[in-house]
Amino acid sequence: MSTQNFFKLPDVGEGLLEAEIVSWKVKAGDVVAVNDVIVEIETAKSLVELPSPYAGVVAALMVAEGDTVDVGTPIIAIGSEAPAGDSKGFSAEAQGPAPAASEVPNESEQIKPLVGSGPKADAVKRRARKTPAHSTAAPSTAAPSTPAPSAPNGDPSSAPVSAQAEPQFPAANTALSAQAKSNRVLAKPPVRKAAKDLGIDLSLVSASGVRGEVTKKDLLSYQDQRAAGEGQGASAPGQSAQFWSASTPATGKVENPRQDDPRIERIKVKGVRKATAKAMVESAFSAPHVSIFVDVDASRTMEFVKRLKASRDFEGIRVSPLLILAKAVIWAAARNPSVNATWAGDEIIIKHFMNLGIAAATPRGLMVPNIKDAQDLSLKELAIALNGLATTARSGKTAPADMAGGTLTVTNIGALGIDTGTPIINPGEVAIVAFGTIKQKPWVVDGEVVPRWITTLGGSFDHRVVDGDLSARFMADVAAIMEEPALLLD
Amino acid sequence: MGTAQQADTGNSRTSAQASTRPQAGTSAGVLRAATVGPDEAVQLLDEHGAIHHDATFSPYIEKLDPEVVRGFYRDMAIVRRFDTEATALQRQGELALWVPVIGQEAAQIGSGRAMNKADYAFPTYREHGVALTRGLDLADLLKLFRGISNGGWDPRETNFHLYTLVLAAQTLHAVGYAMGISRDLAADPTTEPAAVVAYFGDGSSSEGDVHESMVFAASYDAPVVFFCQNNNWAISVPFEVQSKVPLVNRAAGYGIPGVRVDGNDVLAVYAVTRWALEHARDGHGPVFIEASTYRVGAHTTADDPTKYRMSAEEELWKTRDPLDRLETYLRAAGLADEAFFEQVTNDGDELAAHVRRATLAMGGADIRQKFATVYAQAHPLVAEELAWFENYEASFAEENTENSQTQGGAA
Repeated sequence: MSTQNFFKLPDVGEGLLEAEIVSWKVKAGDVVAVNDVIVEIETAKSLVELPSPYAGVVAALMVAEGDTVDVGTPIIAIGSEAPAGDSKGFSAEAQGPAPAASEVPNESEQIKPLVGSGPKADAVKRRARKTPAHSTAAPSTAAPSTPAPSAPNGDPSSAPVSAQAEPQFPAANTALSAQAKSNRVLAKPPVRKAAKDLGIDLSLVSASGVRGEVTKKDLLSYQDQRAAGEGQGASAPGQSAQFWSASTPATGKVENPRQDDPRIERIKVKGVRKATAKAMVESAFSAPHVSIFVDVDASRTMEFVKRLKASRDFEGIRVSPLLILAKAVIWAAARNPSVNATWAGDEIIIKHFMNLGIAAATPRGLMVPNIKDAQDLSLKELAIALNGLATTARSGKTAPADMAGGTLTVTNIGALGIDTGTPIINPGEVAIVAFGTIKQKPWVVDGEVVPRWITTLGGSFDHRVVDGDLSARFMADVAAIMEEPALLLD
Repeated sequence: MGTAQQADTGNSRTSAQASTRPQAGTSAGVLRAATVGPDEAVQLLDEHGAIHHDATFSPYIEKLDPEVVRGFYRDMAIVRRFDTEATALQRQGELALWVPVIGQEAAQIGSGRAMNKADYAFPTYREHGVALTRGLDLADLLKLFRGISNGGWDPRETNFHLYTLVLAAQTLHAVGYAMGISRDLAADPTTEPAAVVAYFGDGSSSEGDVHESMVFAASYDAPVVFFCQNNNWAISVPFEVQSKVPLVNRAAGYGIPGVRVDGNDVLAVYAVTRWALEHARDGHGPVFIEASTYRVGAHTTADDPTKYRMSAEEELWKTRDPLDRLETYLRAAGLADEAFFEQVTNDGDELAAHVRRATLAMGGADIRQKFATVYAQAHPLVAEELAWFENYEASFAEENTENSQTQGGAA
């Protein structure tokens, strides 16, 4: 009877969070001794070989090559040959020197550098970048003959592994060639990490660093451009030329485009993206959503914001129409308490406090941090809380506790120039308000058409809790404040 | 260790430029150029295992018992095996960090074995070989790297001070300790004369602390030997950037003797250190030893040397390996047989197994212990910070269970 030991991915640097499994050196069924090299991983800092902490038979490789996993993830299961009592599995050593002796590589091997050791240690080779599949136009194809178009139709065995490996480690031993050198993109490790996270090929980013290195700023501006390009379609021709891949003769013939089509980019669903997807599916398919809209003349809100900006009391504090909307939502929820609630199946939980969530796009993805007990805050305190929340979110430092316990959410889609939308309710809540852009439009006042600052408020409500009349009253109340902020004095 | 110098070195100055630098001539009052050249060093055993004679230093090894010379080899092989095990433990997540010593065994074993019991060593964080010679249980070294202790041993038991992570700080401690030895001796002339060895590296040689400690040691004739292991790399900064002259020449500026020794020749290191310690114990003041060696591995397990140096250089230094040359000598001179080397391998494996068992038995760090030892008595601010920390830690537990509640949101 053998017990299984799981080896969890360790932090081999100082404070690394994840690593990519580059290649397994063992397979299921292999017998390993303590300190036998089992896997090669790549961290933000270096390529590292990991020795086995256990002796026994490999039961399973739990992570595929090419996958990036968090530190602490079990990556391999090793069945102990020792009696079940020895959970640590080191008895092989205690039993005698035989397995221990095999741990000692010969002298010449032993003296190698610790990281990046072995034949792949060549710095030039190691720097070969993993060019994302869409970047066939990139100049860095060190092996231009790599059969991207031919492989799919022809050789079925050129499955992911070979197709991936070849362009990565081109020209094995002659890698010190000038070409390989010129392909090197200079960037500091945090920038490389950020590029990897954003899925950006560094060779596409124009570098402005003093030594020709790609800086964080370069990366971010490239990211902005790319985002803009994606958002506005053809408005950035240079950009979209880079995005769209040239068609190849093989297109159309490809029966199974899954594996090798360079024109298809695959993005692993993980982290915040995964959590967001789960939360949205959960909400959209469990809570029957009802969405309603109302156009609002927000001219007085604009004036009010202008006055606040000028007032000495608000000096140094960022004031935006979102502040008035937040206040309006709190005010309207007090008058229509059922919108500030949770559906619990057999009961409806009404909250007599407002933890006001603000949906925010952050470097980590969409986050909904909330302002705790927002009902108790003065206008100025609320302004400060909103600013703090936005700053924290944008720097990616929102703590889990900041996102827990929200009661009602506002999403400020107007910041992106959008008029309105049908937002999905944050799970655990029953209402969400979408705040559209505010712009001048012709508006009829006292029978005359005049330019006014108009916005559209959208709201989605969980119909299990909030019926049509209630949602309408709530939205009308919010709209009323936007039209006449003075009502807040009520 | 994060405090070491790290920089993009680029090409500093080519040797061609340096040689065309104008010289001030030979008038009175003009400093002569450095006297010890970059390739000069005391060497008693060359890389091919051949013995060389030196009038001053050979006598120290000629009278050595063969058992002692075999002991040098044994120590070096064992510390290398220990180093491999500690590196593996770090790769297996059992240590936060490890600082490899491979390549520098001769410099450490030679100097460590030259010390008397009453002498006192002040190490950096890489002196695992010296620790072995001072009789430490090497497993204790790992407590610091596992993060369960700020020290790991009682320095008074072995006269081996705690590892110092602040670069060069220990050189000041060493000189202070040496000045104390002088005073003890003055107060009670029957005290056994002793000396101090201050270990540091080529990177630390650029720190102000080294300068201050040498000035004080010279002024007070402190019985201290400054032992610099010049391993050629301060993390990623090559020695050529660190100093324009071989470090040993700096000794002249302090008015103390300087000796450059082949740091991969354990016999020469032993002889030179013995000479220097006697010099210090006899009241003649400090000595500066520059042991020329090479860090074959990474600076730490968090470093990747392939990013900043060429493998050709590493290959060159491998031909100067400290163990290989002594093995060649021992075999050629008939001082050791196959059984001896086999025994050494087994002893190394045994120590490695012990270190592994001891490390796994150490358990985890208790961060509350850090809060408990800030002040002798309870302190409201510490209590508040502990509460904050516990709350902060708890917030991560929530993240795992309430993921779907807290993340994601509105479209």
